Amino acid sequence: MKLQKKQAMVGWGFVSSGALLIFIFYFYPIIRAFVLSFQTGVGVNMQYAGLFNYRRLLTDNLFKTSLTNVFIYLVLQVPVMLTLALILANLLNDRTLKYRGFFRTVIFLPCATSLVSYAIIFRSMFALDGLVNALLMNLNLLAQPINWIGHPWTARLLIVFALTWRWTGYNMIFYLSGLQNIDHSIYEAAMIDGAGGIDRFTKITIPLLKPIILLTTIISTNGTIQLFDETMNITNGGPANSTLSVSQYIYKLSFHYSPRFGYAAAISFIIFIIVAFLAFIQMKVGDQR
Amino acid sequence: MKMNMPTPAIEDKRMTKRKVLKGGKYTFLCLAAFLSLFPLLWMLVSATNKSVDVITGRLIPGFYLGENLKTLLAKANLPRVFWNSLRNASVATIASLIVCSLAGYGFEVYHDRKKDFLMGILLLSMMVPFAAIMIPLFMMFGRLNLLNTTAAFVLPTTSTAFLIFLFRQSTRSFPKEIIEAARIEGMKEFGIFFRMYIPIMKSTFATAAVITFMNAWNSYLWPLIIMQKEDSKTMPLLISNLIAGYTIDYGVLMLAVTLSILPTVLIFLILQKNFADGIISSIR
Repeated sequence: MKLQKKQAMVGWGFVSSGALLIFIFYFYPIIRAFVLSFQTGVGVNMQYAGLFNYRRLLTDNLFKTSLTNVFIYLVLQVPVMLTLALILANLLNDRTLKYRGFFRTVIFLPCATSLVSYAIIFRSMFALDGLVNALLMNLNLLAQPINWIGHPWTARLLIVFALTWRWTGYNMIFYLSGLQNIDHSIYEAAMIDGAGGIDRFTKITIPLLKPIILLTTIISTNGTIQLFDETMNITNGGPANSTLSVSQYIYKLSFHYSPRFGYAAAISFIIFIIVAFLAFIQMKVGDQR
Repeated sequence: MKMNMPTPAIEDKRMTKRKVLKGGKYTFLCLAAFLSLFPLLWMLVSATNKSVDVITGRLIPGFYLGENLKTLLAKANLPRVFWNSLRNASVATIASLIVCSLAGYGFEVYHDRKKDFLMGILLLSMMVPFAAIMIPLFMMFGRLNLLNTTAAFVLPTTSTAFLIFLFRQSTRSFPKEIIEAARIEGMKEFGIFFRMYIPIMKSTFATAAVITFMNAWNSYLWPLIIMQKEDSKTMPLLISNLIAGYTIDYGVLMLAVTLSILPTVLIFLILQKNFADGIISSIR
């Protein structure tokens, strides 16, 4: 008995530093953000203001714009990317495929680039006097260069392209690992019954991968809601805030204009609730498996 | 019997269909591979070209690499910035690996009801988006007078529920007999961890190191807030600054981007399996 108690104590020694750091750098700040969201003031001179910040949120058009933008990215980008990732994973799961390792590595490679770096590469390729316009004009597909980052919808589309380039391979890896867990004999049985390639994909692969598809959907949704590096470096939120993301708005409120920490904290807290809600669904989904 | 045999014409049709399908597959994969590689190849090529050539769409390497490097060195304190990134990311990796492996091992080997409960609480921290806590964190480090320091860069992400969870899960495959045997031989509990566990779990440590190093090297929003002094800037901040001006020197910019991508791409190519393992560890 004494030994067991001693071991339990040693166990606390192992876990204490990790647990303590998480309490200091995650739980304490989120409580602080909650408290801050009821205060107003500039910089560090803060006063209690009740629900003022939250009421202000309801009439803040820029907040609505940033939230709408994020949902536009979500609706346009996530389905396209996940479908592509699923098709690619399905093709690469074929054991008779030649150069399988090469294809996998190359399609996965964009994941090794930092968000800022690839954002800058895309911004440069799609600049007004950039490569894409030059190529399209040389091929006589365009008479005038397109000002990609100068119009709301082309700018949003550019961000969607960029996000798809960076994250498709990432999601493909999830699907590939899921596919490897599917027993090959299921496919063989289906082939004997005369199921074609498309039938096998829609009636076996997709239903069996459903939990992973849900998981990747939630991860991507989560990531999109917290989008920052890309909009900051591809379009800087422009033109006229039409690509501004919520995180970027929080950043600008806190560090660009005169610092409004209280109001920014109120927005942060809304984001926290959205993300926590999504994570809750993720855990529920995880439990069902 | 003969009637059931497929006629040569049908067999022929099937063969062509299969061939077309296979051709389509490879075309699709080649296109995907090309699109994945192209931006990176363009970046490499552009790093060796003059800005004018980059924007007019030159796709072959040039001779301006040296010139671009000279301009870049004049514009920014490149060695200092690269060193900052390397130091911050290395310290972050080592600190994270020590703290999270200890905790993950502790939560598994000495688990009881209280510790399981604590682990459940810690997992909740994965729900906290960084944007929601950056302002309190910034104020905290400001008050501690730690802005512009490696400590401020490293501390908030030293302990993550994700890594603790990763180590806890992989500790399950660590044979308990080894721990028992080592105890009988009189080894101390921490001794078992450092002398038996770490050497055996090398590949888990490699996976955790790859993920942590890449995240730290690529980190942008947090250093953007806390690294206000010129000599504390990191690579992502440097390249992000290069696009701030009115005229952008694309050759120089792409060289800087190449330098910021190089370390992580090398790690990726060498430790690809560990990187993939780290990503998908959340579904196991």
